[in-house]
Amino acid sequence: MRKRVLWVLGLAALALALAACAPNASQDTLNPQGPYARELKNLFVPVFWVAVGVFVVVEGGILLIALKYRHRKGQDRMPAQTHGNTRLEVGWTILPAVVLAVVAVPTVATIWDLASKPPANAINVTVTGRQWWWKYEYTDPEMKTAAGGQIISANQLVIPTGRTIYLTVTADAGAGSRSDAGVPGFAVIHSYWVPEICDGKQDAVPGHENHIKCQADHPGTYTGNCAEFCGLNHGIMKLEVTALSPHDFEAWVANEKLDAATPEPGSLAATGLDTFMSVGCIACHAVRGVEGAEADAAPNLTHFASRDCMVGCLLDNQNPDDIARWLHDPAAVKEGVKMPNYHLSDDQIKALVAYLMSLK
Amino acid sequence: MASVSVPSERARGVLRRPTAVTGFWSWFTTIDHKKIGILYGATALMFFLIGGVEALLIRVQLFQPDGKLLTASQYSEVFTMHAITMIFLVVMPLSAAFFNYLMPLMIGARDVAFPRLNAFSYWLFLSGGLFLYSSWFLGGAPNGGWFGYAPNSTTDPTPGMTFYAIGLLLTGIASTAGAVNLAVTVLNMRAPGMSLFRMPAFVWMGLVVQLRLAFSLPIITVALAEMLFDRRFGTHFFDPAAGGDPILWQHLFWLFGHPEVYILILPAFGIISEILPVFSRKPLFGYQFVVFSGIAIGFIGFGVWAHHMFAVGLGPVANTAFGITTAIIAVPTGVKIFNWMATMYKGDLRFTTAMLFAIGTVMNFVVGGLSGVTHAVVPSDYQQTDTYYIVAHFHYVLFGGAILGLFGGLYYWWPKIFGRLLNERAGKINFWLMVIGLNLTFGPMHILGLQGMIRRTFTYPESLGLTFWNEVATVGAFMIAFGVLVFVVNAVASFRHAKDAGADPWDGRTIEWSIPSPPPIYNFEEIPTVHALDDFWHRKYAEDKSGRLVPVQAGGSADAGEHHVDGHGIHLPGPSYFPLIAAAGFPLIGYGIMYHWWMAFVGAVVVLVGIFGWALEPSAE
Repeated sequence: MRKRVLWVLGLAALALALAACAPNASQDTLNPQGPYARELKNLFVPVFWVAVGVFVVVEGGILLIALKYRHRKGQDRMPAQTHGNTRLEVGWTILPAVVLAVVAVPTVATIWDLASKPPANAINVTVTGRQWWWKYEYTDPEMKTAAGGQIISANQLVIPTGRTIYLTVTADAGAGSRSDAGVPGFAVIHSYWVPEICDGKQDAVPGHENHIKCQADHPGTYTGNCAEFCGLNHGIMKLEVTALSPHDFEAWVANEKLDAATPEPGSLAATGLDTFMSVGCIACHAVRGVEGAEADAAPNLTHFASRDCMVGCLLDNQNPDDIARWLHDPAAVKEGVKMPNYHLSDDQIKALVAYLMSLK
Repeated sequence: MASVSVPSERARGVLRRPTAVTGFWSWFTTIDHKKIGILYGATALMFFLIGGVEALLIRVQLFQPDGKLLTASQYSEVFTMHAITMIFLVVMPLSAAFFNYLMPLMIGARDVAFPRLNAFSYWLFLSGGLFLYSSWFLGGAPNGGWFGYAPNSTTDPTPGMTFYAIGLLLTGIASTAGAVNLAVTVLNMRAPGMSLFRMPAFVWMGLVVQLRLAFSLPIITVALAEMLFDRRFGTHFFDPAAGGDPILWQHLFWLFGHPEVYILILPAFGIISEILPVFSRKPLFGYQFVVFSGIAIGFIGFGVWAHHMFAVGLGPVANTAFGITTAIIAVPTGVKIFNWMATMYKGDLRFTTAMLFAIGTVMNFVVGGLSGVTHAVVPSDYQQTDTYYIVAHFHYVLFGGAILGLFGGLYYWWPKIFGRLLNERAGKINFWLMVIGLNLTFGPMHILGLQGMIRRTFTYPESLGLTFWNEVATVGAFMIAFGVLVFVVNAVASFRHAKDAGADPWDGRTIEWSIPSPPPIYNFEEIPTVHALDDFWHRKYAEDKSGRLVPVQAGGSADAGEHHVDGHGIHLPGPSYFPLIAAAGFPLIGYGIMYHWWMAFVGAVVVLVGIFGWALEPSAE
């Protein structure tokens, strides 16, 4: 018996030790890289230790009682028949209530703090969850493009360090959903989550708008994922947030404001543009500055080559092989994807890749 | 009314009423609460094995990054069916099995209030389960999660979520009928002297569960009907473009779904409130506190549903309110745990398998309870919701709590039900495999969730550093599976022994131990008169002035077999075909809604035949 109890104790201690020092992963809630995520961790950690205290008292108590009062062979003890003790029971009703009330104070304070308005210099971005990728629209007046629209991007969000990003999280509403891409189930609930720099996750609900605040201390890439089950590719609806120094961010914005680069006549990329216009891509994709390519059902490709990831951050934008694999047969890469297979020839794919890679 | 031992006279009327109470076919016509309890239990254990295989598929898929065992769409079906199976086809019916079998015995009744309705509940539950599982062969199993969030669930092109809506409506009707039946039984059919506060804690928890079912199932019924209409008839309850709202589904679902969580756990609380006193040889400490905290959980449980929705954007007022109610419900739960500890304190603890499972339930539930409190800390839930942290939490509650408790109940009451003891050595192996396995499986999931592993994902990349703990979790899952296997072998082997468990193998406290094992069809030769809580115990032992136990000379007289009662003159309702017939029509209506209306018509006719036959059935006197 004692041996078994030691086993249980050892396991419990192990679980505790491990929970306390989770190794660094790149979307680790216990490794916050900005003030908002840190605020959440700073609330969780003390509550965790309170829970550990209760855990030790309760589980330790049970084990002690089990050891001390176990039946011993040949010792026929008749225990006293205690039926209860009102004072004791009232006590252990009140005690947890007090502990919980203490925990509730910082909880409620943090709820309201997080719900407050963002600082005036925050950058506003609207995130729209689609099956299965993210659309970003930078909605501030200074994010207007040369052509007049707003900066629009997909999957990878680019932000400056040290500044609050105020995200409006939503999903397309309704019937649009059924007809937009000609596919049912287009509008479902997603949840936007970048654990290391944002104040938790918020659901992207069709017809609703929610808000998240994010801020990164240092330049770098922070990953996340859709957190609400949104159909079969929910698990690979990933995303990246790239934080740049304010100076680099200005340069990024300046480039994003430009229309798409026009390929040099006669180049492979120019052939790619022709292919792009003729095979069907423009039914869903937009490239700003190219007449006829204005659809909004799929990611905007104006500055495709300036991004790092595509297809819900499943593939690498900078890797021509990845792009070619995708164009060759999208459904082979991602089951149930909305992008059709146009049965492109190898030459067509090569040209399209050249064109896409030219869209810096 | 037929008397059991005397062959009934030829019945008058169109249909003869079946008379056999033993043999293979008697199981199809039985209205004996004990046989129905066994049917519930056996069916639930079958589904437990199936749901377990689904769990292993999930764990093998996630053993390594980029698992290839299942495709994304297969994975959606498997995790959805795992949850539906374990909740609606395992824990609920296994609890129903205990309530059905034991509540009449524990309150001194001969059967439930509506015996044929009881059979109907079982057959309809089985129909619903088979209907759900037929989806695998008819175009795809439900794939939108057990929570079935719209609009994903209403716009998915495969038929899976239609099976979900109809299947759960069927099991919902079954549970509603069962809930009303058992609640009426407890309220109206107690033996003389069995006042409400002399009822065993298990019966109390049973009553609370039945009332919760009766009040929460209508809500999911409305939600499922709306989902079915959206999917099948083009309504727009959850379609925002047409003025509907996806959030409506979430409120309706969790208004049912959270009470459901307590429906799943309270039976186990009731079971261990019986086991701990018996093997501590002490009364349940603060019986009334335990009962009232159960009732309190019953009420408060209806006021916490939005804690599943903190990331939905309900705003800070709602999030504050539901964060606080969620913290409050931890109080009555904590009370129970302290009372159980105090029950064991200074007891004479005998570590039978049942006792180990009961203690295991408390210890593992504490982990789930504590992680539950961290969800009440709303902002930290913004990070943890929809991650594996939540998966860890509710598996500690539902496996560490509910399943361990129910297994404790199996070991504890098995000798009463079958007259045969389960092997204790195998039982202990079973216990340790399950307990260590569950901690290896679900413990690491806390870490995985905090490290950013989302729920319901069919894969994860190597780069996130999640591999090691996923491997540990998979190993743990197989340990649990071996534990369950040991139980199956133990159960089957027990039938090779003679029925020699005796009426009272554990020195029990409640009156079901005063009758032979297995109990005769009429339960009590004479309806007992109850004088106290733990009445049977007080027949066996008296307390001296210092509260010490003194055996009563010839007390208990547990061996009712000595009297050789033949059951003459005890009137019991006769068996019936009609509950089975009525229940069999319902899945036909379900298929009719999905495929051809004529099938629904046939189904409706079958149901009507069943109901009218039931009403007009001769009483076979």
